[in-house]
Amino acid sequence: MNWLKHETVETNAGWLIALTMIVISIGGLVEIIPLYFIDSTIEEVVDADSGHEMIRPYTPLELRGRDIYQREGCYLCHSQMIRPFRDEMLRYGHYSLAAESQYDHPFQWGSKRTGPDIARLGGKYSNEWHVAHLIAPRDVVPESIMPNYPWLMENDLEYADIEARMKALKTATVPYSVSQEEYQANVERFGQDVADKLHISNAEKNLIAQAQAGNYDGNRDRLTEMDAIVAYLQVLGTMVDFSKFEEGHFAEFR
Amino acid sequence: MAHANVTSTEEYNYAIIKKFAVMALFWGALGMIAGLYAALELAYPAFNLNIPEITFGRLRPVHTTLVIFGFGGSALFATSYYVVQRTCQTRLYSDSLATFTFWGWQLAILLGVISYMAGITQSKEYAEFEWPIDLLIAVTWVVYATVYTMTLRRRSQPHIYVANWFYMAFILATAILHIFNNIAIPVSLTKSYSMYSGVQDAMTQWWYGHNAVGFFLTAAFLGMMYYFVPKQAGRPVYSYRLSIIHFWALSFLYMWVGAHHLHWTALPDWTSTLAATFSVMLLLPSWGGMINGIMTLSGAWHKLRTDPIMLFLIAALSFYGMSTFEGPLMSLKSVNALSHYTDWTIGHVHSGALGWVALVSFGSLYHMMPRLWDTRLYSLKLVYVHFFLATIGIVLYITAMWVSGIGQGLLLRAFDEYGALAYTFIETVSFLHKPYVVRAAGGAFFVAGVLIMSFNMFMTIRQGKAEQAAIEAKLAAKMARA
Repeated sequence: MNWLKHETVETNAGWLIALTMIVISIGGLVEIIPLYFIDSTIEEVVDADSGHEMIRPYTPLELRGRDIYQREGCYLCHSQMIRPFRDEMLRYGHYSLAAESQYDHPFQWGSKRTGPDIARLGGKYSNEWHVAHLIAPRDVVPESIMPNYPWLMENDLEYADIEARMKALKTATVPYSVSQEEYQANVERFGQDVADKLHISNAEKNLIAQAQAGNYDGNRDRLTEMDAIVAYLQVLGTMVDFSKFEEGHFAEFR
Repeated sequence: MAHANVTSTEEYNYAIIKKFAVMALFWGALGMIAGLYAALELAYPAFNLNIPEITFGRLRPVHTTLVIFGFGGSALFATSYYVVQRTCQTRLYSDSLATFTFWGWQLAILLGVISYMAGITQSKEYAEFEWPIDLLIAVTWVVYATVYTMTLRRRSQPHIYVANWFYMAFILATAILHIFNNIAIPVSLTKSYSMYSGVQDAMTQWWYGHNAVGFFLTAAFLGMMYYFVPKQAGRPVYSYRLSIIHFWALSFLYMWVGAHHLHWTALPDWTSTLAATFSVMLLLPSWGGMINGIMTLSGAWHKLRTDPIMLFLIAALSFYGMSTFEGPLMSLKSVNALSHYTDWTIGHVHSGALGWVALVSFGSLYHMMPRLWDTRLYSLKLVYVHFFLATIGIVLYITAMWVSGIGQGLLLRAFDEYGALAYTFIETVSFLHKPYVVRAAGGAFFVAGVLIMSFNMFMTIRQGKAEQAAIEAKLAAKMARA
């Protein structure tokens, strides 16, 4: 059994490479592949009244806000992943579900809380507060160490390529619709209001309409990056209505 | 120890190693200065200066990319090309392909750093490069693997020396990790979306992220250790058998542990529990490697008194032992509940990155660079100065992070007598200020050391060139007379 001797490995580069490849491949295969096939990995979050899924892909305006969130590296100081602990429950709310980030390409769970977790930031503060806080955090929170982001208010939002962005995400399996068939499927899945916003050919119209209606930056005359990022921050963690589920319902998935 | 003489410089390709060694120092100094500046931004937010390009969120990937891939990567290219040629006693497979890896790698670093400052990023930690740069890296890496393997194959020794196993595992693992973690759908040249989402993306990212530590920052630097520690000590590796066990166990176990970055998250419990189990097991091969390195010096301990390069190498192994003990500790779910999301993680990373990766690289470069330029070190005294600046810097850094990390972790989970939260989040941020100032001071010490090393190396190279010129002038004079 000469091939079993370590000497064989030490004197044969091909054998060394082959064995190393086998040894380093196993861990990743065992831990990653099953996550695609075990159903309980991602919870089903369906509204029993309407029969629609509660968690939906981002609207065009929210998506652009999320792009800006990534661009500025916000994920390096803010997590979006609440753990099932008493202090986090009191501070941030219900722990995060896997389903809540199922349309996040890439995920933004973060790894460090230099600032607080913002997985359920949506609705906690007014739009005005967010605008003031992003322009100059220490104006509203004197002890804050967050950088100022005044340019978000100064930069016009670029959205000419919004359809291309949504199409790329569609390729990555996010259910944005192109055909009438896909649109109908979304109506059944999410309800008509949501399905309308996920239709790619209406993206630009939807984006402008949401910014006008929401008036996130407090100035209807201009569509700025501030509109987009505040729209994104205000939707975080708001899609699931936990009052519609029995307490402990989601624990069975963990 | 035999200095490289005229024949051996022709025999080996030293030109490529010189280039990578100089760039390692350049990126290292730049990356550590960027890190120091980021530390100042956290202590005093006014340092952000309202300039988008240098705000913390964009500067942090600049820092990590420059030190991991710029400094660490260039040091690995340099030492691996050195070690593979010396231990196989053969010239590098192809000069032009090796030169290609140099320009490919440097260009990737430069483009990466510029693009982060411009806000172009995949926003996956340590994999922020957008897809065109990812492709450039992939091509460079395949060429690197080719050069390395082909050089191994034309070795004049029957055995492949243990340092090369580690470099080989690093090259293979990095290729797999880089390709699978970066699969993305492009929107334009400057924007893409990850193919994966949510849970699966998180798992893939930390499988990548922790093995960037495991293979890029550990296995490869162990390759460095297995060559330069015995060389500098003038003694053979302590135990050959231990190095075999160490190698296979480390390679196998590391790939399982990434999910310990995702304890208590929406990742299924089975995955992170499995990762924690393997993290604890990983202590054994880690310490096996440390013991093998340190014990190589047994019988030659007196060298620590007279040889500052040995000090760097042994201190590096000590920090390696310390942070590979701290790692499994932090991977336990109960400890992780407190440590995760805090500065304890940052401190842990730096005890590994500064204490292990940087110190072993400094030691190896101090050993290697005078030999490349066929001269002696310009100043041994400055090596001592560098050593003490570096160690003081590391100790300040990691103790500050223990205080801020464990302190903030405890404050966040404190309750008052009514069962309500005792502190708001922002109160814990105020608590961080003093440790952040100390951390920046530690960083300043470390940067000062690197600048002194760069000066020392600059003078060493100049001296080597002057000596070379003198020899050539003498030869020319002789020829003229003849």
